[in-house]
Amino acid sequence: MPILKSNQTSKMKRFRLLKDKIYSKLMLLFTILSVSVVLVIGVGLYYKSVPVINNSSWGTLLTSSQWKPLKGLFGFFPFIMGTLWVTGIAIIIALPLCLLTSFYITEYAPNRIRKILVPFVNLLSGIPPVIFGVWGVLFIIPLIQNHIAPHFVEFSTGYSVLAGGIVLAVMIFPLIVSIVCEVLNTIPRELKEASLSLGATKWETIKKVSFRKAKPGIVAATVLAISRAFGETIAVLMVCGNNAVVPHSVFDPGYPLPALIANNYGEMLSIPMYDSALMFAALLLFIIILLFNIISRVILTRLERKLAA
Amino acid sequence: MIRRKIEENFFRVLMVLATIIVGGSFFLIVGTIFYKGVPFMNLDMITKIPGGGFYIGKEGGVLNAIIGSLYVAGGATVLGLFISIPVAIFINMYLGGKNFIANSLRIAFDVLFGIPSIVYGAFGFLIMVYFGIKASLLGGILAVTLLVIPILVRTLDEVIRTVPHELRDASLSLGATRWEMSKVILRQIRPGILTAILLSFGRAIGDVASVLFTAGFSDNIPTSLHQPAATLPLAIFFQLGSPVEEVQGRAYASALILTIVVLIITILSSILSKRFSKNIK
Amino acid sequence: MTNNPHISIQHLNVSIGNQLILNDININIPNKKVISIIGPSGCGKTTLLKSFNRLLDDTADVKVTGKVLVDGENIYDPNMEVTHIRKKMGLLSQRPYPLPMSIYDNVAYGPRLHGSPKKSELDELVETQLKATGLWNEVKDRLNAPATRLSIGQQQRLCLARGLAVEPEIILGDESTSALDPVSTSIIEDLFIKLKEKYTIVLVTHILRQARRVSDYIIFVYMGKIIEFGPTEELLLNPKEELTKEYVKGYIS
Repeated sequence: MPILKSNQTSKMKRFRLLKDKIYSKLMLLFTILSVSVVLVIGVGLYYKSVPVINNSSWGTLLTSSQWKPLKGLFGFFPFIMGTLWVTGIAIIIALPLCLLTSFYITEYAPNRIRKILVPFVNLLSGIPPVIFGVWGVLFIIPLIQNHIAPHFVEFSTGYSVLAGGIVLAVMIFPLIVSIVCEVLNTIPRELKEASLSLGATKWETIKKVSFRKAKPGIVAATVLAISRAFGETIAVLMVCGNNAVVPHSVFDPGYPLPALIANNYGEMLSIPMYDSALMFAALLLFIIILLFNIISRVILTRLERKLAA
Repeated sequence: MIRRKIEENFFRVLMVLATIIVGGSFFLIVGTIFYKGVPFMNLDMITKIPGGGFYIGKEGGVLNAIIGSLYVAGGATVLGLFISIPVAIFINMYLGGKNFIANSLRIAFDVLFGIPSIVYGAFGFLIMVYFGIKASLLGGILAVTLLVIPILVRTLDEVIRTVPHELRDASLSLGATRWEMSKVILRQIRPGILTAILLSFGRAIGDVASVLFTAGFSDNIPTSLHQPAATLPLAIFFQLGSPVEEVQGRAYASALILTIVVLIITILSSILSKRFSKNIK
Repeated sequence: MTNNPHISIQHLNVSIGNQLILNDININIPNKKVISIIGPSGCGKTTLLKSFNRLLDDTADVKVTGKVLVDGENIYDPNMEVTHIRKKMGLLSQRPYPLPMSIYDNVAYGPRLHGSPKKSELDELVETQLKATGLWNEVKDRLNAPATRLSIGQQQRLCLARGLAVEPEIILGDESTSALDPVSTSIIEDLFIKLKEKYTIVLVTHILRQARRVSDYIIFVYMGKIIEFGPTEELLLNPKEELTKEYVKGYIS
């Protein structure tokens, strides 16, 4: 009797272990599949953009301003510049504001105010891009058209790289603030006390100690914000005019890469090489954003590990 | 001394101003949407499909887009969960959670999270063309699933990491296999799974660029996976471009609906995650 | 004690939230002596020390009433400049916290804040303070190396040098040797004894032997109150209060 019982359990045990093994293999498969999406996207986009690359060359594609799809001319320079303009403006606006806000939240704000502030920054991050776009059209465009632009240029519709930059800046506020605050909170209180007890003011302590200590985190947050701004599509598309020329002032319209893809996807199949060119645009975005993301994540992970040690 | 004091006060004022701008931008946006949207809000908006075409018809509402969005976001979240729960468990239970491979995988999912939705949309479209799928509910769900997998995996990962090691060790030392232990852990983190679902749903329902080429658009409520489906963000985008005032109004009202839905989801998820752990974003 | 106390505390109450941490503290701290604050953990020792240079200001929900007079000035007077008070006191915390800069810049940090000294003046000052803390010979060849490269014991002496460079009158030590090895501990202790010629030194410690080795007077704090204050030997060997007796014998800790 006891022998039989032990047989049963060992059979059951074998079954349980087998089940464990099967599930483990299955999970491994899922993990590999979902991670390899990165690779598949890269390869897929490259494969699709080969025709246009062979037709022109990387150099021509990146530096030419000729955008005449019907004649088979695909120069991405205006779109690259459009992307750089809106991203640059967004970072120039957002970075100082976000750093000051993060310093205020972590060093100055009374507990009561901090408890109110942080959730609102969180809520802002949940608002969908299209809502930012609607807000841009309803609020920022008239603001630029009627109140800002007239001081500088003769005429502007408001649809400009400036509008795109402002909308993007607001979109990346929560991203930068949350990362920088997190990094600032890991700086030991005693380190700040050391500076304060030497007679430094709070601002001097921020400037000379906290800022220096948080620098890698700030760099990582900025890189992440840049890559986020690079890929943002709909909100920017709605406000920045979409004109395929290189912008020369903040009041000029621009045409960033994501907007180009979004606007032309429907009709691309009727013109030869057009779909390949748009895939090339997607590939460009993908490569740049991939690189920036890897850089910032590696910095942040290192920082986390260093602080944990 | 006076110079240092002036500097201190100058930057303090600057910081307060910056905080007001950053915090105030939220109210500015929500305020604008409410101000424009409320006058056009009525029961028809959420109970009727657009009459006479979404671009020019003056009658009806956006029920088609509301239902379409629920289908797409819901479908993608469910599909995403089926993939991401095993992945999160694998990283933490089978890989041990704290070694080089586990951390590299985490970075990989962070990177996937950073890939813009337009790239997922373009890539999704490529796949659909390859397999001969037309723009449809199915296509939209597939593209959005790619978008939400990284969110789900990272949130679940954070949640599983908050489960005390003692619990795993206790369960393992009782002779449980890792799979059996994983079931115990899954029961433990149920509120955390709900947080992940809300976050994923919130992101999925608001995204445009991924459904732009994959889900298509239709004035009717889809009745099968192979029919094109309207989504709320896309309805906002298209209607805003219409020359007809009533249609623009419908865009404002749709924006109001979407904003309210997303705010409720964000608030719910942050309440949930606060109760569960401090580390989840 | 002495006619001319360096720090005089009158009716000091400190509470955080609803909890009273320090309860009606009255004490006169004599000039140019080493004073140890002892007591079981959580009794308010560190809070008492931090009330001397207003480092409590940044604690959430903190409420301070009463007076702390330093050289006759009430530092809790609303018109008082905080940086001015803090400059008078050097703080040495539990673990060394070198600022994220070079060894040289750590020592020069304070003087640069309070004026714009010439390079030659700074060089001299850095050398003097590093010599005063016995660090000069160990670091003179690598003054521009990051301070974090030093050993923990060296870092703590660097932090002391950094504090001395702003020419304080008082040195506050918050269990300053608790993270250090025995050798570094005895170097720091010797420094304290040497430095009392020029400075008033207040130390928080939970090691009775250390209090006995370095201090002239001891304050015994228990549950937010000062139980006894007196010369070291007297308090340790012949305590007046029952509670002090029990603590010294090790019945309460």
